[in-house]
Amino acid sequence: MASDPRPLSPHLQIYRWQLTSVLSILHRSAGLALTLGAILLVWWFAAAADGPQAYAGVQAFLGSWLGRLLLFGWSLALFYHLCNGLRHLWWDTGRGFELKTAYASGWTVVGATILLTLIAWTLGLASWRG
Amino acid sequence: MAPPRLRSPLSRAIGLGSAKEGVAHWWAQRVTALALVPLTLWLVIAVIELAGADRARLVDWVHHPLPAVLLILLLTATFYHGALGLQVVIEDYVENETLRLGLLIVMRLAAILLAVLGVFAVIKLSLGA
Repeated sequence: MASDPRPLSPHLQIYRWQLTSVLSILHRSAGLALTLGAILLVWWFAAAADGPQAYAGVQAFLGSWLGRLLLFGWSLALFYHLCNGLRHLWWDTGRGFELKTAYASGWTVVGATILLTLIAWTLGLASWRG
Repeated sequence: MAPPRLRSPLSRAIGLGSAKEGVAHWWAQRVTALALVPLTLWLVIAVIELAGADRARLVDWVHHPLPAVLLILLLTATFYHGALGLQVVIEDYVENETLRLGLLIVMRLAAILLAVLGVFAVIKLSLGA
């Protein structure tokens, strides 16, 4: 507020990027992305319930490059939010706040997210073709 | 030495804190998160198995009671958890009070609409169609 020129704390861009803060904002972004994924899931079931024609439309879209890109983003966001959500639940028990532990759990989440996404797509693409 | 009491006896008795809503939101977010851990892992496995499936295979799968019930629980918990999360995001970033209230109402109604649509579709697929 211009009329009340009190000192402000430094803005976000002043601080150096660090794993803990990046993962924190990514958790929120992934959550937002997942609400879009949930809409996709409802669309899939609603189309199936509507009839074969609507279902074929969804399947064609999901098979397109845009559909696959959305599915890939959805799976990445899902695994990240899941793994980091478990990290949050662990924090809720009052544990894991030491700097070293917070970084170790953060990197574990990053690794687990990449691993789970790769496994899911390897199995998923095999099942898609099979 | 006991910490100084900054809250009035009435405020302490009501126990809702400065946000006037207590810890209900916090708890609901955590409990739905806990429920969603196994449900999500189950959905991922199911979606992998159903990748590229035709409608007949999907219908055949949802005909079984367990997948149908788990899907309904998943959809309910997902949109409940999602609405709680979106609520915090809106409260954090939307400064204009009128817009904030409007967005909160629209977001909640949309979450209910989508959850009911999904649950109804699963029931319809499971029992008939």
